[in-house]
Amino acid sequence: MFKQLLELFFAFAKVGVMTFGGGYAMLPILQREIVENKGWATEEELADYFAIGQCTPGVIAVNTATFIGRKKDGILGGVVATLGVVFPSIVIISLLAGVISRFAELSWVKNAFAGVRVCVCVLIANAVWKLGKKSIVDKWAAAIFAVIAVGAIFTELSPVVFVLVAGVCGVVLRVLLQKGGAAK
Amino acid sequence: MIYLRLFWEFFKTGLFAVGGGMATLPFLYDISDRTGWFTHAQLADMVAVSESTPGPIGVNMATYVGFLSAGVGGSVIATLGLITPSILIILIVSAFLQKFRDNKFVEGAFYGLRPASTAMILAALVLVVKATFLPNGLALPDWRLLVLAAVLLALTNVVKATKKLHPIVFIGASAVVGVVLRLAE
Repeated sequence: MFKQLLELFFAFAKVGVMTFGGGYAMLPILQREIVENKGWATEEELADYFAIGQCTPGVIAVNTATFIGRKKDGILGGVVATLGVVFPSIVIISLLAGVISRFAELSWVKNAFAGVRVCVCVLIANAVWKLGKKSIVDKWAAAIFAVIAVGAIFTELSPVVFVLVAGVCGVVLRVLLQKGGAAK
Repeated sequence: MIYLRLFWEFFKTGLFAVGGGMATLPFLYDISDRTGWFTHAQLADMVAVSESTPGPIGVNMATYVGFLSAGVGGSVIATLGLITPSILIILIVSAFLQKFRDNKFVEGAFYGLRPASTAMILAALVLVVKATFLPNGLALPDWRLLVLAAVLLALTNVVKATKKLHPIVFIGASAVVGVVLRLAE
């Protein structure tokens, strides 16, 4: 059992090391490591896990790891696979963050990050565009988007409030729209 | 005590951030505003580092913020806080997999959550843009930064040959441009 869990941990640590950026970047790596090399899940199962991992709270990579680990070795497996996938991040980022905060005052580092920040703006803008195309599917979704955007930009409210409001609005709208559709 | 608070803040982030790594960004801004553990400028740098290093971006950002707040212990605690809700939720969901997917309330909630998540990331983008282009309040932005932004937008969305390249390429190139043109001065 211990050996099995160890194998699970290192398989997911490997997935963590090879994933840059997370989310979709992880899918081809999971396909190769977990489906083809280890045979711990089928293509279809992976697609299901991924779809649900995307629409449940939390980081997609973590959600998918928990799913596969649980399927293979039960609850303990779910926990071990998840710890495996985050392990490289903890090591690498802790090392880097220490180095970066030590050199942050050097002028060339400041210049480099001034350029990098522009790039970060562009990357986030691209992410918003991509997500928007997928999530704003009709006028009601567009209305939710607009209201939350105004609220998030111009008020100091916690994001938790927006999440709860949007979730409730989604349920109410779906129920009302379905009733309206049935009446017609 | 800071460990307990770190765990709690990231537990909330993991519980309420829907839609993957970038969706945690608005929560990180919120934590920065309320605790002062790290600045908005540090957050922008953190996004760049998290995109250019191995590992899922949401996990990397949590680890980074945890480190800035309380050292190596902080990075472990923040990451554990972030993933605890995921583990609990997925273990429950995986027991009722099919029912969960077909439930109309679940489906309805996510119909509302997805555009909201996009809107909150947009709000985070506004903050990053302000810190990057208007660091001195409403003084005119440095035109070199605007040109770089326009070029990057074109390269990542329009130019066929570069569109599919990994973000790390653009981050690296931007760092070089920053050093060569002395963009911080």
